[in-house]
Order: sequence, then structure tokens, then C-alpha cells
Amino acid sequence: MASETRVVAAPLAGVRLRRRRWSPTIVVVGSLVALAAALVLGVGFGSVPIAPADTIAILAHRLLALPVERTWDASTETILLELRLPRVLSAMLVGAGLAVAGATFQGLLRNPLADPYVLGTASGAALGAAIAVLIPVRILILELGLLNLFAFAGALAAVFVVYRIGRSGGLTGLLLTGYAVGSLLAAGLAMTMYMSGANLRQIFSFLLGGFDGASWLRLAIALPLVVLGSIAIILRARSLNGLLLGDESAAHLGVDVRRERAILLGLASLVTAAGVAISGLIGFVGLLVPHLVRMAVGPDARWVLPISAVAGACLLAGADLVARLLGDIPVGVVTALVGAPAFLVLLRRTRSGYEQ
Amino acid sequence: MGAAAPAAAAPARPPAFGRAVSAALAVSAIPAVPAIPAVRLVGASARYRGREVLRDVDLSIAPGERLAVVGPNGAGKSTLLRLIAGVLAPASGSVEIGGDPLSRLDRIAIARRVAAVPQQVALPFSMTVEEVVALGRLPHEDPFRGPRESDRAAVAAAIERVGLAHLVGRDAREISLGERQLVLLALSVAQATPILLLDEPTVHLDLRHQVEAMELLVDLNERDGTTIIAVLHDLALAAHFFPRLVLIADGAVVADGAPETVLGPDAIRSVFGVDPVHALRAPSEAAVSR
Repeated sequence: MASETRVVAAPLAGVRLRRRRWSPTIVVVGSLVALAAALVLGVGFGSVPIAPADTIAILAHRLLALPVERTWDASTETILLELRLPRVLSAMLVGAGLAVAGATFQGLLRNPLADPYVLGTASGAALGAAIAVLIPVRILILELGLLNLFAFAGALAAVFVVYRIGRSGGLTGLLLTGYAVGSLLAAGLAMTMYMSGANLRQIFSFLLGGFDGASWLRLAIALPLVVLGSIAIILRARSLNGLLLGDESAAHLGVDVRRERAILLGLASLVTAAGVAISGLIGFVGLLVPHLVRMAVGPDARWVLPISAVAGACLLAGADLVARLLGDIPVGVVTALVGAPAFLVLLRRTRSGYEQ
Repeated sequence: MGAAAPAAAAPARPPAFGRAVSAALAVSAIPAVPAIPAVRLVGASARYRGREVLRDVDLSIAPGERLAVVGPNGAGKSTLLRLIAGVLAPASGSVEIGGDPLSRLDRIAIARRVAAVPQQVALPFSMTVEEVVALGRLPHEDPFRGPRESDRAAVAAAIERVGLAHLVGRDAREISLGERQLVLLALSVAQATPILLLDEPTVHLDLRHQVEAMELLVDLNERDGTTIIAVLHDLALAAHFFPRLVLIADGAVVADGAPETVLGPDAIRSVFGVDPVHALRAPSEAAVSR
């Protein structure tokens, strides 16, 4: 503006710099390295330990078809390829999906406390899974039981209902509707659990999440939904950036707010539902990871979304490893035990921000 | 920034309505075809939940004009801006930007022609001042590759022009209300559109920044050719910095023209319900007549 402002202001620039960001490129490289490490460690640990060197050699031999001299026995290879690898990759897939969905919901709802479950996906999936457990028919379609199918359908149905009822009330309307519908579904879940008798344990293991049942086929079914859904979200990062300023400003910046919100909500719910259907409910990954990533690289969704995917994959693969090391406890317990305190620390560090 | 604006201002194809008008004018043998207005409202009305807030507004604003909208609270001034920005569809009548009806333009196309300085926004996450201003480039960025060098240059230029260089790295939620208002102004300057809308751009600003903001608008208008439409409560600022005033009361345009004709004693008495002596002796008068 006035020339004197500029002259006075220039020397101060830098001195008052508060927010330090990391270079996104460094964060991307770092998280990819961490992902590779999580893969090797996650595959290596278990009742039959596999040395990292063997792990890398088998992966290079079988997946990349590199000519590696064979120094391992056949049973090691079977354990690695048929048991460990699908499990670790499933954890990575679900972790990536939950983190992307969490970042999307937080941006869409402009709410730092949002997570992939905030609009009813979790309660819908839980009720679906519980009902499936009560049905005495056992069918398997492509290794997926009724439980997986009902959980997937329940999650999507719950979000659809919340959106149809809540969309006219703005963001607050959506959140409150999500809360109300979630409570209703939770009542249904409680009733179902009460009636489930001996099957209660099966419902519980869905509610706490885990990758015991991981297999290549299940992974192959969830993979396209999670990966394509996440890519579609990442391609709409610009809309999420516009929405940082609110609906009206986003419209001024060229975002078709109603359409983009519906599309992003649908995609994030699809990704969440696909993940939850094969893993059960796993908390805190979708809430925590996007915040950590935003602290590192800032709020630009073009970086936050892909980095969250990689970081979420690392985190959940790591949590699954810890769960196995602790004697196969549910992985949802591990993420909550680690995630809740981590989130509290994060809140304290950024406490100046959230009161507005 | 300045170079991009005029190019976007002139649409390549003459709209059907424009052709009809020129045909009619040719018949009546008036030689000059009038330039396509930057903004044109014809019989535009606006409703919120059935309540009419603007009725039958006819307004034509030429490219490069600088216009202030004044009037009492609730008169419909902000609604007029929302109509022009295309975030509110008219209940009847039409709104055109550069000769094209808004209903035929998509959001991106509108955002490349019209910037509206946002009201105070609550940011959900921590963002630096620079990151907020950079959002102004959204309509111009390549959707996949993100900001280019020209986008970064526009952001830097906008920050410089609004005088925010000392704030770039600060958290936009930790600066004062007035500073935030300037950040949002810089965001719209970075958007580099031929038309700039402002709703009460000076409410949280101190006297010096009010005058500087006005001088920036004059500069954008005169140097870059940006069409400026600003809603202002401060009649003294409006009269001093804007050659054309539109006075709105009860959802209708009651006067339109130069400040001295629009802000006559009778208009002030009847529209604002105060003695004209108080109206123009606004607090900023001292600064204006410095």
C-alpha cells in the first residue's frame, strides 16, 4: 500500500516468522522410507521370526522377480507370502484409507475433531456386522462373510441417511445429525449384542478391529475401492483447499460447494466402509494422522492427503505389529492406547488454534 | 497481475443479447455501440426464505468503474454483492458479468472474473498468512500440478501491495482482526479478477489503514483497470474515494450517481433518518481531508 509501510516492514520479515514447515518433498521421502521399514519389520516379526535380509530377498525374488540366490527354506516363504504379507498389506491399506478419509472429513466439515466415523460409518458398520453375526446362515462370497458385506453396506447406508437428513442444516446440521443417527444405531447395536449370546465375542472383535482374517483375496477386493477412492479424493484436493475458508468463500474461489461436498463425502465414506469391512473398527488413525501431517507441511490438501495415506499406512502396520507382539490383542486397542495420549499432546501444542 | 485482468475482462464472443441491442441501435441510427457492461442487473430481485430483500434492481456498471454501495443496515447491500458474485441466484430478473448471464457460467469461470473479499473467516486449522493469501490463486491454478511460478508471483505481489510483508509467516489465527481483514483483501487481490467486490472492507481497520485500503482500491482501479464495487457504511470515505455511489434503501435503488447528488441532505434525512450534519462528519473525515 503506502510505500513507507513496505520499507518499514521488510526488515521485520523473518524475525516474526512463527510457523515452521517442513519441505513436503522431505516428508514424502521420509514417510516412504518409514513405509518400507514397516513392511520389512511387520513381515519379519511373529512366532517364526524371519530375518530382514531374508524378507527383503524373498520380496525381491517373488514380487520384483529379481534373480536372488535362494538362502531360505520353503516354509519361511509360505509363512511370509501367505500369512504375513497379506496381513501387513491389509493393515497398510486400511491405515491409508482411514487417514485419507479422516483428512477429507476434517476438511469438509471444517472441524479438527472430525474423523472417518463422524457421520455414522462406524455405528452403521457395527450394527451391520452385529446383525450379520445373529443371522445363522454361513455363506462366503469370495472369502467375504455376511459380516464383511453387512458392515460395508451398513456404513454406507448410515452416511447416506445422515446426509439426506442433515444436508439442509449446514455443517452443524450434518454433525448433529451424524451424532443423532449414530446414537440410534448404537442403541440398535446394544440390543443386538444383548441378544447375541455366545456370538458376543465375534461382535466384540469387530468393534475392536484387527487383521486376523487377512487374506490375499480380501485384500484384493478392498484394494480397488480404497485406492481408487483415495486417488479420486486427492484429485479433488483443490476443493478441500477452497473449503478451508468456508462455503461462501469457497464458492467465490470457484468451488461448486454443494456438488463437491456430496462427492467428497461419498468418496471418503466409500473408502472408510471398504477398510472397515475387512478390518473392523479401528480408531484414532483417521483423527490423528492428518493433524500430524498438517503440523509438518501445512494445510494444503494436495500434500496433506497423499502424505496422510503413507503415514496412515505406516502407523497402522506398526500398530498391528505391536498388537501381534503383545500376544495378538485387538489392534484397535493399540491405536487407542497410543492415539489418545498422542492426540492430547497435539492439542496442547496447538491449543492457541482451536478455540475459534 | 495487471496484465491478466484486462484479457479476462473482454469475452471473446459477443453474447446474443449484445447482438440484439446493436441491431436495435443500428436501426435507430445511433452510431456508437455501447461497451459491454462489466456488471449488469436487469429487474433483479432476491429472496431469503420467501422474504424479498431486493426488488427489481436495474444497474449497469461499466468496465473500470469504481462504485460504492451505501444505505442503512438491512437495506440489501450485501445481497446485491451476493447476486453479482453468483452465490445467490436472483428470484427474478437476470445478472450478467461481461455480457454473459451468470446462470450460464460455472463457478470457476465466475471466480476468474469476480473476486469477493470474504468476511471474517474462522480457519479450522493453523495456516500462515501466506498460505491464506495463496488460496486466491485457486481459480487459476492447474488442478493437478498446483501453483505455478506465475501464481507464486501473484501471491507475493498481492502481499506486498496490501502491505503484509511483515506478517507472511505468522499464523493467520493469531493476528488482529484488522490484520486478518487485510489478509483477506490480499487474497482477493491475488485472485486478480477484472471485477472486485468488497463488503465493508474497512470495519476493523484503524484510520490510517482505512485510508490506505481505499488508496489501494483506487490504485487497483486506476492502474489495473479493475472494476471495484464496495459496500461502505462510512459515507465520508465513500464520497471521497468513489466517483459513483448507489444508494439502496428497503431493497431498492433510490439514488445512483455522483456523491454530491446521491448524498443530498434530503436523501440522508429520509433514508438514514439522521440530520445530514452527523452523516458526513464521520470519524474518518479528519484523515480524508489530510
